[in-house]
Amino acid sequence: MSRPKIARKSTWVDMTAFCDMAFLLLSFFILTAKTKAPEAVSVLVPNSVSSKAAEDKDQVLVTITKDGKVFFSLSEEARRADLMEELNIQKQIGLTPADFALAKKKDFFGAPLNTIKSFLSLPPEQMKGDLLPGIPCVDSTNNELVTWVAAAVTIYRGEKMNLMVKGDNDVPYPIFKNVIDAFKKNDQLKFQVVTNQEPIPAGSALSKQRDKGIKQE
Amino acid sequence: MADLGEGGGGHAKKGPGVKKGKKLNTRVDMTPMVDLGFLLITFFIFTTTLAQPTAMKLFLPKDTDKPEDQNKAKASGALTLMLSKGRTVYYYEGILMTDGSNFKASNFSQIRQVLLDKIKSTDPKDLVIVIKPNTNSTFRDTVDMLDEMTINGVKRYALVDISEPEVMLINASEGGAAAPAPAAAAAAQ
Repeated sequence: MSRPKIARKSTWVDMTAFCDMAFLLLSFFILTAKTKAPEAVSVLVPNSVSSKAAEDKDQVLVTITKDGKVFFSLSEEARRADLMEELNIQKQIGLTPADFALAKKKDFFGAPLNTIKSFLSLPPEQMKGDLLPGIPCVDSTNNELVTWVAAAVTIYRGEKMNLMVKGDNDVPYPIFKNVIDAFKKNDQLKFQVVTNQEPIPAGSALSKQRDKGIKQE
Repeated sequence: MADLGEGGGGHAKKGPGVKKGKKLNTRVDMTPMVDLGFLLITFFIFTTTLAQPTAMKLFLPKDTDKPEDQNKAKASGALTLMLSKGRTVYYYEGILMTDGSNFKASNFSQIRQVLLDKIKSTDPKDLVIVIKPNTNSTFRDTVDMLDEMTINGVKRYALVDISEPEVMLINASEGGAAAPAPAAAAAAQ
């Protein structure tokens, strides 16, 4: 009695479909990932245990660099023109509609109000944090940031704006205080500080809270 | 690869004895390519999640000039932390003694223990932490200290301007010189 012959099957698996899928996913993730714009203003933010992602819509961001310069930026392009219009009305800085159009392309603003017209016509390659003077925010008498925040509040009235501060680790505290003062003068008492996430120390009150499933605000 | 030599020979005979071209297997092994694809996916996923910045919420109280509108804090439940250069933290409980005897120095790695001791020894509804960053402290110190409040579950804390006697005490301890009598400093104010 002979055994029935078992047909030898090839172990070759067609990987083409698998490969297709891998690259499909890869291209999907690359395309959906938001490219981080090359930052003209480089800031190394402090760490915090906060795990809430920073809002990226309707952002009104105040950036403070290491050397204490203050920059102001809006995430929505249309709002930038509005902001310039508002500043023009409030401070009579002699801007034209052409300047408002230029403002749309500016990722951030960082010049005293009296030189803002020439700032708006700067070519993109000169939009570097270390070359620009920044918004004067020295003390309570010379704090132009108050005007900027006031203008932002005006253009966002009735809507939600996300006021944020992004400061470098080494920003001296008095500058941060001047920024807070500018917010306070405009009754903007709620804001967010942009940070990098760091792990919660084990055994602390917060980690115990997390273990119990209580969400942190 | 093996058939490369035949083409280049130059004396390819055509006719009855034509060699039949070997049927090449066109199947390509895709496994390394799949490996590479997934490796890249993993790489991109990991790098994108790490770059996501987070936001720490901060609520400020409104400035009031009228003393009756200001929040009152019980001296017994208060802990004042003063941030200074080089990540040092000075602190005192309650009210600063005129001779500066309850003025102590610490740093960021040890301050958590101080906070925990204070939390343990104080009635939760009286507890209030006052954070006073000195002019030579940095933004990072302030954020770290506010973060420390979140970590330890402190509900009431305030960011307050530092006062003259406190600055003098800090200067005195940082300069290594003998502390001037804070009573005199307070009087000079």
